[in-house]
Amino acid sequence: MFAYYLDLAWRSLRRSPVLTGLMVLAIGLGIGASMTMITVLHVMTADPVPGRSGRLFYPQVDPRPQGSDHDTPDPPGQLTWIDAMNLLHARRGVRQAAMSGGRVTVIPPQGPSHAFNAPARYTSADFFPMFGVPFVDGSGWTAGDDHSHARVAVVARALAEKLYGTSQAVGKTLRLGKYDFRIVGVIDRWNPAPHFYDLSMGSYARAEQVFVPLETAMETTLGTQGSMECWGDFPSDGNLTKANGCAWVQFWVQLDSPAEVAAYRRFLDGYSSEQKTLGRFGRAPNTRLYDVLAWLDHNHVVPGSVQLQALLALGFLLVCLINTVAMLLVKFLRRGGELSVHRAMGASKRAVFAQLLLEAAVVGLAGGAMGLLLSAFGLWVVRQQPVAYAAFAHMDEPMLGGTFVLAVCATLVAALFPAWRACRIAPARLLKTQ
Amino acid sequence: MHPILSALKHHKTTVVLVVLEIALTCAIVTNALFLIGDRLAAMRVATGVADNALVWARTMGLDLGQGTALGADEAADMAALRAIPGVESVAEANSLPLSRNYMSVGAWRHPGDKQSLVDNVVEYAGTPGVIDTLGIRLSKGRDFLAQEYVPYRPNLIGSGPRTPPPTVAIVTRTLAESLWPGEDPLGKTFWLDSGGKEPVQVVGVTDHLLNPSINKYQGADRNMFLPVTKVTGGVYVLRVRPDRRAAVRRAIPGVLQKVDPARMVQAEIYTDTIADYYHGDRAMVWLLLVVTGCLLALTALGVVGLSSFWVQQRTRQIGIRRAIGATRRDILRHFQLENLLIVSLGIVLGSAGAVGMNLWLMRHYELAHMPLAWLVSGALALWLLGQLAVLGPALRAAAVPPVVATRSV
Repeated sequence: MFAYYLDLAWRSLRRSPVLTGLMVLAIGLGIGASMTMITVLHVMTADPVPGRSGRLFYPQVDPRPQGSDHDTPDPPGQLTWIDAMNLLHARRGVRQAAMSGGRVTVIPPQGPSHAFNAPARYTSADFFPMFGVPFVDGSGWTAGDDHSHARVAVVARALAEKLYGTSQAVGKTLRLGKYDFRIVGVIDRWNPAPHFYDLSMGSYARAEQVFVPLETAMETTLGTQGSMECWGDFPSDGNLTKANGCAWVQFWVQLDSPAEVAAYRRFLDGYSSEQKTLGRFGRAPNTRLYDVLAWLDHNHVVPGSVQLQALLALGFLLVCLINTVAMLLVKFLRRGGELSVHRAMGASKRAVFAQLLLEAAVVGLAGGAMGLLLSAFGLWVVRQQPVAYAAFAHMDEPMLGGTFVLAVCATLVAALFPAWRACRIAPARLLKTQ
Repeated sequence: MHPILSALKHHKTTVVLVVLEIALTCAIVTNALFLIGDRLAAMRVATGVADNALVWARTMGLDLGQGTALGADEAADMAALRAIPGVESVAEANSLPLSRNYMSVGAWRHPGDKQSLVDNVVEYAGTPGVIDTLGIRLSKGRDFLAQEYVPYRPNLIGSGPRTPPPTVAIVTRTLAESLWPGEDPLGKTFWLDSGGKEPVQVVGVTDHLLNPSINKYQGADRNMFLPVTKVTGGVYVLRVRPDRRAAVRRAIPGVLQKVDPARMVQAEIYTDTIADYYHGDRAMVWLLLVVTGCLLALTALGVVGLSSFWVQQRTRQIGIRRAIGATRRDILRHFQLENLLIVSLGIVLGSAGAVGMNLWLMRHYELAHMPLAWLVSGALALWLLGQLAVLGPALRAAAVPPVVATRSV
């Protein structure tokens, strides 16, 4: 029966190729445009650390004096050096890492004339296990290395291959400016999007190429980069670790259970009161503890224009669907005579209905295939743009399947009303007028 | 009019669908056109500097430890840059309009009075000659005097003793209006630094100078320009003959590395910096244009499809009308009027939808209120489109010979 319906559908579609082509084009355009934009939105709102994001938290405390120039209810977006070190050494989480971004001057083995700049991250030992960073060679450094300000570094695979021609670079020497660092690990491809752990580098910045212990980086005065919020005086010698009135360090902590989260909140409040008693903080405890997704949401990471584009694409799809409803209606009603013959010869309303829907599904599949081609093209165009998130705009399997499901479902929904109208005609009347 | 209405009554459902499609298209297209206009207007805002005559360069030291601190030999750098053919003047600045890097501070009308604080004011700083090099036009007051340039580090970077800011500044009209609404700012004093410790006198006013980054905190052009003797971590700005820009940009790395080889040099033509800043807006405009185009094409195809169907269905009736005296012109008019009626209905509904959509977008995406003129442009586009789409089928209808009436189907 199914094969017979399919045959009928095929014949019917072939009879009016222009109308059929128009329908396929309409659905293809609608699906193509909306899938392109939905894919971009999907990529941009993706969980940057799947499986871990619910257990990673971003603590904030408020060290500003009472009545400083900038009175915002929210505490500063980052921590001061002292607070970051205090929270790090308190070890109240399962794991914790303090960090800041920077740029380093890499002097390759060929000599200083080939020097180049590379984005770097200065952080502490737990960064790698806490964020689940994959290693192709070696591993991260230890808390002992942090403590002893060891000259060790972790590099990205791309940088290792560029400098040494191999990803097995553990033990090699990395020269940053005038200092030598020993490579202890090489990171495999790792590029969380959004760049959740430090949004001030750009929400969709690429992962860094060089990782160095934070305290070592301060000792060797590697330059930091990113945003800095100051409410007090900046130290005259430019030493950031003495900048008590400037927040510039990001801090992440891993907490595995709700009880640990509650305990950490109490710890942050207790720490704030204690610092107020010591005279360092000027205000009553004003703390925050966001998990990864809440932190991204709080910072409005997804640009409004991308949401707007997705809405626009959905509106476009809606117009395409109304267009399809109208065309299917025309198509089905035009076949009143033929359908009446079917009905008169004993086909049930339900059978006619099913047959019409199958015809619509064929159109939907063709439209889906076309939509897929169009969205592949659309995503290619997006990838050509010099925006930071462009490189992530790829279609994955669920989106691929989703395209066909959306196309067929949308067409079926569009076909329900025309098919129902076409089934309702009285066969006798139509046959008589013929 | 009557025969058109009764004809339409026979296709109630399809008419409703077409009206709905046109209404939606109208609402989306009107808002899209408005967005396009809005973006284009934003991209055309003047920077306030001589866009077409500027090239900038930045150097980064290799930190090799030979004692050449970053930019230690700036005078030598600038002399070398001035010697490049086509360069008219050179100065240092901490940032440029639309170059994204910025530093913002609070400006106090009265020291210590928090009510008088204007926060998030962008601080530009430049070395002698910077106002002329950039081509900033003063509407009031004067350029800085040679003795007014002082050592001051606006970026808080680097080391050295902390110094007070300059005692004079050039401000934009926007900053002047937020400090002293309706008053003449020239000669007035405002205070900088935490709590408003350092007095700064306004010696010049410029009508317009764009910020390094346009955002909701710092606004578009609320800024001040300070005279400094040296900028750490800033850029060299070169005033160049417009036709020499590319050649100068190519020459810069070699020239600077001849002064001091241990560094990396980045040089850029300023108009490229502007183009880069507006890249997102340009992409958005293209996307909106493509979607609008597809939408209009789709709606047109839909109208063509339905009109063709109606013409085909009514061939016999058309024949009868022709047989009893209707001219070809009458038939053509019939279909054109029918289309006008349907499209108009869609436009009425669509305009209401467009206004609703605009209100919703305003609430969620900080868009401006849509002037009603955009509704007219959307309506005109759709009327034109509808008439073009119906022309083919209507001409086919007009070509139906009267003899059809006498044939049975």
